[in-house]
Amino acid sequence: MKLKALPSMSRSDWCRIPEQALPQEGSGKMASLDRVKVLVLGDSGVGKSSLVHLLCQNQVLGNPSWTVGCSVDVRVHDYKEGTPEEKAYYIELWDVGGSVGSASSVKSTRAVFYNSVNGIILVHDLTNKKSSQNLYRWSLEALNRDLVPTGVLVTNGDYDREQFADNQIPLLVIGTKLDQIHETKRHEVLTRTAFLAEDFIAEEINLDCTNPRYLAAGSSNAVKLSRFFDKVIEKRYFLRESNQIPGFPDRKRFGGGPLKNLHYD
Amino acid sequence: MSFLIDSSIMITSQILFFGFGWLFFMRQLFKDYEVRQYVVQVIFSVTFAFSCTMFELIIFEILGVLNSSSRYFHWKMNLCVILLILVFMVPFYIGYFIVSNIRLLHKQRLLFSCLLWLTFMYFFWKLGDPFPILSPKHGILSIEQLISRVGVIGVTLMALLSGFGAVNCPYTYMSYFLRNVTDTDILALERRLLQTMDMIISKKKRMAMARRTMFQKGEVHNRPSGFWGMIKSVTASAPGSENLTLIQQEVDALEELSRQLFLETADLYATKERIEYSKTFKGKYFNFLGYFFSIYCVWKIFMATINIVFDRVGKTDPVTRGIEITVNYLGIQFDVKFWSQHISFILVGIIIVTSIRGLLITLTKFFYAISSSKSSNVIVLLLAQIMGMYFVSSVLLIRMSMPVEYRTIITEVLGELQFNFYHRWFDVIFLVSALSSILFLYLAHKQAPEKHMAP
Repeated sequence: MKLKALPSMSRSDWCRIPEQALPQEGSGKMASLDRVKVLVLGDSGVGKSSLVHLLCQNQVLGNPSWTVGCSVDVRVHDYKEGTPEEKAYYIELWDVGGSVGSASSVKSTRAVFYNSVNGIILVHDLTNKKSSQNLYRWSLEALNRDLVPTGVLVTNGDYDREQFADNQIPLLVIGTKLDQIHETKRHEVLTRTAFLAEDFIAEEINLDCTNPRYLAAGSSNAVKLSRFFDKVIEKRYFLRESNQIPGFPDRKRFGGGPLKNLHYD
Repeated sequence: MSFLIDSSIMITSQILFFGFGWLFFMRQLFKDYEVRQYVVQVIFSVTFAFSCTMFELIIFEILGVLNSSSRYFHWKMNLCVILLILVFMVPFYIGYFIVSNIRLLHKQRLLFSCLLWLTFMYFFWKLGDPFPILSPKHGILSIEQLISRVGVIGVTLMALLSGFGAVNCPYTYMSYFLRNVTDTDILALERRLLQTMDMIISKKKRMAMARRTMFQKGEVHNRPSGFWGMIKSVTASAPGSENLTLIQQEVDALEELSRQLFLETADLYATKERIEYSKTFKGKYFNFLGYFFSIYCVWKIFMATINIVFDRVGKTDPVTRGIEITVNYLGIQFDVKFWSQHISFILVGIIIVTSIRGLLITLTKFFYAISSSKSSNVIVLLLAQIMGMYFVSSVLLIRMSMPVEYRTIITEVLGELQFNFYHRWFDVIFLVSALSSILFLYLAHKQAPEKHMAP
């Protein structure tokens, strides 16, 4: 799957619109918050729109309909909540619709949304094994798009563990429709998803988008989500000066602990 | 004894067709979805198997394979089973799956699907009234009644698809109709799309911040005073929520715009790919074929008009006519009986194979375009229904392409249908479909360039 050369006036030139250039409306409080961009990817019908609605508006989506193109929602997240360095950030959740087997013209159009992404949430349906398998193709589609500036080539469309080890963008795997899994099958399904999350070197959350109690404040899911968003913000704003750090493939296992301390004092 | 041998041959071939339908279903149609209801797959494969068996029996008729009485028996049995499936089973399951998708009616699924099936039967029966398809001496529950109605629906479908296909094929193949799309056009449209997304984001940020401040204020109020504090916070936040509804309306409009831009950009990318494809060798070959097909299409429309205007239905089939021409005008002598059998076998075989292949490809494209994980079951069953009806009416129409001595079995089994009516009906619908596709494509082609050349 070779990457095409972009024309001279490339997308990446004008896609990174600085935050200050956005139309300023309302109180100055709004303009002063920084933002990060997180993609929400997955097959159609897994529940991405319901998930994004739940995350941003703390309400269950009443009438989910088919997403055409991309729908965005914004969540205000407190980075390092509870510490003196607490700061609020805007997290833009870009819910990209479509299926992984779409025509290449649709894929090229989708690619315009994958620019300058700071984090990716991969959503799959716990009742549908194919949607979990398709996550590999989804992540490749998004990551290839973003690796263009550093010139990394991908030889074929298959899953490659090396690529995920080098990956700089934090990933999170969310499984939906947990309520539709019968008690007896739960263990088997959860084991399978644990392997999946390990392949992506990511945390995983399993929930039901029609029930807000799974993400209630203080639950382990909410803690994982908060940690993921913190990691995304860190990668974007605090580790930028040091750029890529090669040769540290196992730093994620330590939860980024020693590396965090290097940059805050 | 020979009957047993013949039956076992037929059953083996049926099992083969069933396996082929099963594989096609798994590999092509459902390759992105998970099959949870095996009933759907079984029904699809069974419909496919019995339809192909009908064609197989026609071929056997021409070649003279198997015993003539066992052929007749299998024809009847096959026809009964197919009608059973098309009129009873598939519509019932379609109703059942539609009802299962609606959450409200989930409890009484069976009841509502029976109701749906009864409605379908009523309309299906009423369909036969305006058409002069039967001689009045048949009873109510005879095969002829069912076949005639299935035939009408199937022939309409065939003619619609043929008409559209005949016009669309040259339009797609020929590069004369391709709009000129440059990279700058695409980039300009993408930039508009991203700007719209940014506008949506900034409005959503306002809404998110407003909700957050409301939530925090609400919390401060609720803690000291219980009941009255809550009432006060509700009335105090009223203007805030009004503001939110205004912004929400603006966001809705912008989201609609972003969807439009997305679809237009995808369309431009598709056109660009087609332009690149047309420059390759394969593309040039298809371009040439396109010219050829456009001539064929014009000829077919012309013939359909002639048939309708002069009220003529072809009496002889192409094989016999071809042989007549070669014998009379070209003076070539050969054994007419022997050659007519083989030539009609080849001709009918080609017609059958291309129509099956064409239908399966069209069904697959259609399925990819409109299905989602919720509706995939219903759509596959609809496609199975269309496929069954299409094949049944192909058998009706193929009768015209065969020499007289081979038509007998179809005429015998299907009873006294007015076959001429079906050919006339096919010509009318074909003409209507072809002309309206020309009009539709012309309008779509005219309207598209103006959208993209705007600054």
